[in-house]
Amino acid sequence: MNKKKTIAALLAAATLAAPAAFAADAVKVGFVSTLSGPAAGLGVDIRDGFQLALKHLGGKLGNLPAEVIVADDQQNPNTAKQVTERLLKKDKVDFMTGIVFSNILLTVAKPVLDSRTFLISANAGPSQLAGEDCNPYFFNVAWQNDNVAEAIGKWASDEGMKTVISVAPNYPGGKDAVSGFKRFYKGKMADEMYTKLGQLDYAAELAQLRAAKPDAVYFFLPGGMGINFVKQFVAAGLSKDIRLITSGFSADEDVIGAVGEPMLGLFNSSHWAHDMDNAANRKFVADFEKEYKRLPSLYASQGYDAAMLMDAAVRQVKGKLDDKAAVRKALEAAQFASVRGKFKFNVNHYPVQDYYLRLVRKDEKGRITNKLMGTIFTNHADAYVGQCKMPK
Amino acid sequence: MTQLILEQALNGLQFGLMLFLLAAGLTLVFGIMDMINLSHGSLYMGGAYLGAAAAQAAGSFLVGLLAAMLGMAVVGAALETLLLRRLYARDHLAQVLATFALILIANETVRMIWGPQPLPLNPPAALAGPVELFGFSYPAYRLLIIGVGLAVAAFLYLLVARTRAGMWVRAGAANREMAEALGVDVRRLFTGIFALGAALCAAAGVLLGPLLAVQVGMGENILILAFVVIVIGGIGSIRGALVGSLLVGVVDTLGRALLPTLLRAVASPEVAGHLGPALASITIYLLMAAVLFFRPQGLFPARA
Amino acid sequence: MKDRRHALLELGLLAAAALLPFALQAIGEDYYIGFAARLAIFALAATSLNFVVGHGGMVAFGHAAFFGGGAYVVALLMQAGVVSAWLAWPAAVAAAALAALLIGALSLRTKGVYFIMITLAFAQMIYYSVISLQFAGGDDGLPLDARSSLAPFDLGNDRALYWVALALLAASLHALRRVAASRYGRALAGIRQNEARMEALGYPVFRLKLVCFVIGAALAGLAGALLANQNGLASPGQLYWTQSGMLLVMVILGGVGKRYGGVLGAIALLGLEEALGLVTGHSHFYVGLALLAVALFAPRGLAGLLERKA
Repeated sequence: MNKKKTIAALLAAATLAAPAAFAADAVKVGFVSTLSGPAAGLGVDIRDGFQLALKHLGGKLGNLPAEVIVADDQQNPNTAKQVTERLLKKDKVDFMTGIVFSNILLTVAKPVLDSRTFLISANAGPSQLAGEDCNPYFFNVAWQNDNVAEAIGKWASDEGMKTVISVAPNYPGGKDAVSGFKRFYKGKMADEMYTKLGQLDYAAELAQLRAAKPDAVYFFLPGGMGINFVKQFVAAGLSKDIRLITSGFSADEDVIGAVGEPMLGLFNSSHWAHDMDNAANRKFVADFEKEYKRLPSLYASQGYDAAMLMDAAVRQVKGKLDDKAAVRKALEAAQFASVRGKFKFNVNHYPVQDYYLRLVRKDEKGRITNKLMGTIFTNHADAYVGQCKMPK
Repeated sequence: MTQLILEQALNGLQFGLMLFLLAAGLTLVFGIMDMINLSHGSLYMGGAYLGAAAAQAAGSFLVGLLAAMLGMAVVGAALETLLLRRLYARDHLAQVLATFALILIANETVRMIWGPQPLPLNPPAALAGPVELFGFSYPAYRLLIIGVGLAVAAFLYLLVARTRAGMWVRAGAANREMAEALGVDVRRLFTGIFALGAALCAAAGVLLGPLLAVQVGMGENILILAFVVIVIGGIGSIRGALVGSLLVGVVDTLGRALLPTLLRAVASPEVAGHLGPALASITIYLLMAAVLFFRPQGLFPARA
Repeated sequence: MKDRRHALLELGLLAAAALLPFALQAIGEDYYIGFAARLAIFALAATSLNFVVGHGGMVAFGHAAFFGGGAYVVALLMQAGVVSAWLAWPAAVAAAALAALLIGALSLRTKGVYFIMITLAFAQMIYYSVISLQFAGGDDGLPLDARSSLAPFDLGNDRALYWVALALLAASLHALRRVAASRYGRALAGIRQNEARMEALGYPVFRLKLVCFVIGAALAGLAGALLANQNGLASPGQLYWTQSGMLLVMVILGGVGKRYGGVLGAIALLGLEEALGLVTGHSHFYVGLALLAVALFAPRGLAGLLERKA
């Protein structure tokens, strides 16, 4: 018995001691996302953006063959937990990405990060992981949840809106979206409404909005929630008296496609637009349209960037994925051509970037879509970076 | 304030009537055949998908609605003759297992045919806007739902109270053996009831489609509410199902609308947002538990 | 003689189950050790429900309240700093038993379908109460920072957790068998067959049934405490009616009132899902077909099938 143990220990020591100079022969990516239910459009867009990047890279990440294992979290933290466990323990992935919702990200973050697997968020950017709980293995390639909301809050103030009521789902992402808005909106928040995440019938809330009569309603309702909200808002005849404002999450292609005409004239904020003029973006948008017969949304752009970030990092460490410190450094350097143009990580591994104003209107081809109108913030960081004590 | 309450009451009425469409079939199947059918919600989902697909193909909401009702009536009749009939004589546990299996099969079948993402279903363009009503605007489409729900309730009342088939149904609900002894063709009656129940489920699925989402799993959430409705109303009673539906619809809507407002006076918006909807849902189950405690057979017991 | 053979067979199976992690490690499938722990935990939960349904004759449709409730007790206590399993797990059992005492006392006045519905109602009330509480994590559930500490044992690895779950399952099965064979168990069997007669004979029927309901709930609470540890999360889904339905399906599938009904049902259902999930994306379709076949052609469940063969 004792002898066996010794041999096992020696073997283990041998594997560990071997200099991590051997390059891996493939990169395994666990892609957990919301691919069913009313918010499926978001996960599908992130996935399609990610796959398009892989196609551009010839199926490789940093010159290594990439194996992407896609799993559906059904927007259910418990399901996400179980599929993540399988990806970590059975498939032993090198990177995790794809998660749409902050509550799900927060549920699975601990086991992923504890296992020293790199978690590249291509969407959810909860404040917790930007501040106190920032982690060497966590990177967000999209934004911190508050950021996009801060931009539209700033714009609402500049527009001189006096009273605003917010409508957001009661989950970490929803709370971040409201606190971000309030941080830069200087008018009066007449009320904050929190609805159940995944709620689809807004009759009760609309009746209250009608009675309250604010200047504008700021809503943060990603996916099918936003589609239903805008449709029902218009059907209830509220669009005559109350202005709608939102962040880019509820004013992108998925919502525009489902709602149509009533979206026209909606101002929204975003860190990206499909008509941004840079080489990477032109290629991304053109090929996305060719491949999937639809315009990409901001979610798709984030999925694309996530894959490009991984590619750059794997390339930089020459495939030596076991050298975690080197991989981390390479990710921090973010040497990739983002579809947003310039891209830089802050010390908390969240982006420092520009935020723009977009307007939904008809383009020259007669399609209803977003047009880039101007810049709201330049080199904007998040509000939580000060609380982050990132381990060296 | 009165306007707010009026609008919320209309919303409650609309939700309650849709629940009634589901509960009507369920209560008859449960009451007459003494059969627990957990897959009733799958008929609702199937109807919604069929309706959305047909509406898209034909470019007409009405065609979608009729196609869904007809299609699900056929599916319901086939299900009853081929499968569920074998379960009437079995105990409730076997029925739970078999119909739970049907839920799994139905969900996966829909996923195989239409994929995991919800299907789009829009109300008819003419009804997409608001109408003026007692001095405020109300969505025309919700008004249509209320109208259809009331019409179906009236139709069912006439069917059950005034026709020969209705008499058989009432006889069957009150005492099945006696009805059989009196020469009622119970087998055909059961198939007919099942087909009718399935068509009503389909109608509810299509009508609620534009307000909610046509998606896999939509049946399970509403199924339990339908069960609550028929237990409150009294199993086997159409009248009970109507009263139960309206009670549940109004309590749920008013609770969801008013509780957060009231709670916000004493708690933060976030806490109110958490507590309000949950308390409203609890109220419904509290209502059911109280009804069962004081009237163990429901409000309108069908059996003498 | 037959009993001895049975006992030997049982011991052999238990030994084989205990050695399973080594076999899995040998073939490099460590992931399945965690899965095996999950099987043992659900087997315990289904067994606890089978006691209520099969021995007590009460079709309870709200068992998730006790199963998920146990998980929440452990998670909440851990949040409050109570890490010791020696404190948290008995607390989960006690909380489930206490809840069952109240719910059972109110529900047992009804019978048949109405009992099914009223137990469902109470379980749903608990579900909605829990998701309304922010300190309980609302819709997202409550993650555990670490596993409970079962000093001197280390629960940190999946193997240890599996053994603990297996030991508790075996102990519970043994205890329930003793209960069923006792005077109380025989009285319960009498009630199941003819309640009115037992009442007439002067048995305190209500109290005897209530005790059965509470025992089942207490064991479900224990299973819930284990599940929170295995999953690292107490989630509202574990309290929802679909979880109650799932447990009930396991019991019926395995065999109502059969000693190993719950175990067989849990292993068959979860095993089938896992196995089919690997070969087809639509595992639930085939799981549904299998359940339907059992419902139609094997009225006494899988245990019934095995008995017929033996």
